[in-house]
Amino acid sequence: MAFREYKIGARMFGLAFGTSMFITLYMPAVDIQDVSATSIAMDRQLSFGRVGGFSYEDPFLQGWAKPITVQITQDPKTGAAIESTRAFVYEKDVPFPNGIRHPRILGKLPAAASESKGRINEASEAQGAVFIVREEVENGELVPFIENATATRGWTPEATLAKAADSQRLLVGKGKIMFVREGCWWCHTLLPEQTQDWQYFGAPPMLGDFNGESPTAFGSDRKAPDLTHVGSRNSSREWMMMHFFNPRLVQSHSIMPRYDYLWGEKDANGNTIDYDGWRAEYTAYTNGESVYPPEVPVPAADSEARALIDFVLNLK
Amino acid sequence: MFKYLFAKAEDIPAGSAAVYFGYSSIIWFVIGTGLGSFNAAKLAFPDFVTGSEILSFGHMRQVHVLAVILGWISMAFAMAMMYITPALGNTKLWSEKLGVWNCFIWNIGLSLGLFLLWLGVSSGREYSDMPFFIDVVVILGVLTPLCVNVFMTIKTRRTQGIYTTNWFFGAATFMVIIVFSVGNSPEFFQLTGLTEAYLTWWFAHNVLGLWITPVAAAISYYVVPKVTGNPLYSHRIGHLHFWSVVVFYSTPAAHHLMSAPLPEWLKSFASVEGVLILVPAIAFVSNLLLTMTGKWRMFVENIEIKFTITGVLMAIPLNMQGGFQQTRAINWYIHGTGWIVAHAHLALLGFSTFLEAAAVYYGLQTLLRRKLYSLGLANFHFWMLLVGFTTYWVSMTIAGLIQGAGKIYEVPYIDVVIAEHPYMIARWVGGTMVFLGNCVWLYNMYKTARVGTAIPAGRLPHELAYER
Repeated sequence: MAFREYKIGARMFGLAFGTSMFITLYMPAVDIQDVSATSIAMDRQLSFGRVGGFSYEDPFLQGWAKPITVQITQDPKTGAAIESTRAFVYEKDVPFPNGIRHPRILGKLPAAASESKGRINEASEAQGAVFIVREEVENGELVPFIENATATRGWTPEATLAKAADSQRLLVGKGKIMFVREGCWWCHTLLPEQTQDWQYFGAPPMLGDFNGESPTAFGSDRKAPDLTHVGSRNSSREWMMMHFFNPRLVQSHSIMPRYDYLWGEKDANGNTIDYDGWRAEYTAYTNGESVYPPEVPVPAADSEARALIDFVLNLK
Repeated sequence: MFKYLFAKAEDIPAGSAAVYFGYSSIIWFVIGTGLGSFNAAKLAFPDFVTGSEILSFGHMRQVHVLAVILGWISMAFAMAMMYITPALGNTKLWSEKLGVWNCFIWNIGLSLGLFLLWLGVSSGREYSDMPFFIDVVVILGVLTPLCVNVFMTIKTRRTQGIYTTNWFFGAATFMVIIVFSVGNSPEFFQLTGLTEAYLTWWFAHNVLGLWITPVAAAISYYVVPKVTGNPLYSHRIGHLHFWSVVVFYSTPAAHHLMSAPLPEWLKSFASVEGVLILVPAIAFVSNLLLTMTGKWRMFVENIEIKFTITGVLMAIPLNMQGGFQQTRAINWYIHGTGWIVAHAHLALLGFSTFLEAAAVYYGLQTLLRRKLYSLGLANFHFWMLLVGFTTYWVSMTIAGLIQGAGKIYEVPYIDVVIAEHPYMIARWVGGTMVFLGNCVWLYNMYKTARVGTAIPAGRLPHELAYER
């Protein structure tokens, strides 16, 4: 390397590459850091849990150690009637999302409100906690924040779950894992384009809608409808059930794969699902030998299919 | 090959690592394109192999992508580096043993990573979807040893200057380590939200821009002068190419997220810088085509030149698309459609694969000192690749334009799916042709190693006549 040109070249290379890294990494980071989380971002990370992909607590993406989103109408502590509230239940040892662990990423005002009014720094993963998202006006500005209801209202995870029947629970966190693991995002985007797409698939997300969420799984290669607001377009659990079991039951031209294997072995009634029998009957139906397709089994409450349906219906 | 892992350094024949990498890359190419063909069949016929989690599209798509990028393309690069870098320095590879270990760890790590990915163990980020411990293996066990070997070989060269190809090899092996480390940092450091989304695409962009494109180009800077016997047309245009890659190609990452709520200045900056990739592109293409002056008959007669120049010519539509499709004026129409899929395959299966295939053909003959077994099979491979790829590219471009129109005119999505169906079948046919062509290639290279005519000392492979 005793060649003068290469010393100059190496320094020039460092300068050029360093400048480009400064512009494309440091400068955007400064800008993005300034963004305050919206209530949507808080809702998303609290319902999804810490990570939607590979993690220590869930290495094989089975949906372990994820929060449960509940809709309650009774105060878990006193039992008094309250207006319908969406709460995020973190049982013992379920890791908190990044907004709780590092409140700074929520942005200045929401972080301050979450710490002072919401008392999120008192939450402990070892004991579990219940969170809710609230918004209050501060100095004429609507500031969203996360409230640790375990500290502020005495709602324990067990008591809160006891007030929510299975139909009021959404396994959104586990569902997001299914969404990532099954590769739904290879075809369905979670990001409407900035075009007439808005009118078809709904408004695109805003700047602060993602603080604390990981991965965002926007998707890039759209071979199917955008799902950002799918829960608002179609809220039928039964339609989702049929569609996941065999998309051709509800949309004969769909090229979506069948996700019947997410049902597992038993259906909601505890009966063993006879996949071969079902497929034979379905083939008979497509061949015109029978008039109606076979009935789709209702997924069990702890099945992966149920969690995925919860996740999709929750995309509003 | 395994016996060299624990052999004494002086007992390992020169070129072992490159041969090991060369055959590994071809095998990964067969695997990768086989998976691609299988996936394409599922998009054309959704009930083809159904009801199995492990054989579902969502579990296999990313395995195809990473098998091709980290298996075929990157291993072919490593193969090229392991024989071209010492050849250009008039020296030996710095450590043959490190090279053999590099290839061994690469194959093991990649197999493990793809196996886990196949099971669904994913970080949920496109292109950087391997879980983080595999990323660590890739950074420390795959890219760093490669970088060290290339740098030390350049350092111990016995020539005064460093040829264009080696600038690119040195810079790219260094940059790809940075790109891999930074691009996977969301997982290491729990970065979230837009930072995570942006870094995902920062990685995806730069792994192409600072690794695949420059190294592929660097290979052709070697192959064309070597085989034609013409000197490189212009060292200075080579400079222009190199520096404009470093300056322009490393910056437009945000153009992959034009519809995400990123800072507007970043998107505009990325878009302008994105057009400037035409500078390295034009420098590269013109330099190579002018090097061919007087030797154009070799484009027909010589298989390595045929592959290389086809790849160079594909860089023209590739960069014209790449430069302009990311501007806001065009991006709003084609973003997220099959057009992009076609473009990605033009980059990886068109441009880059053709250049690497030439390097692997030429390198294995040189290293094994054996003439290619069959020109007929090689030509068959070439045409299967070219016709298969073209079928794929044309059908996916049309499908993308249909999707774009469907998006803009708010056509019910299912009508777009129906309209795309014939093109999905065409894409499957094209992809399957590529796969079959590669099977033939693997056979041809196997026979070359076994029964290819020995090349006498002092001769180059392309100086001998083909026998079949």
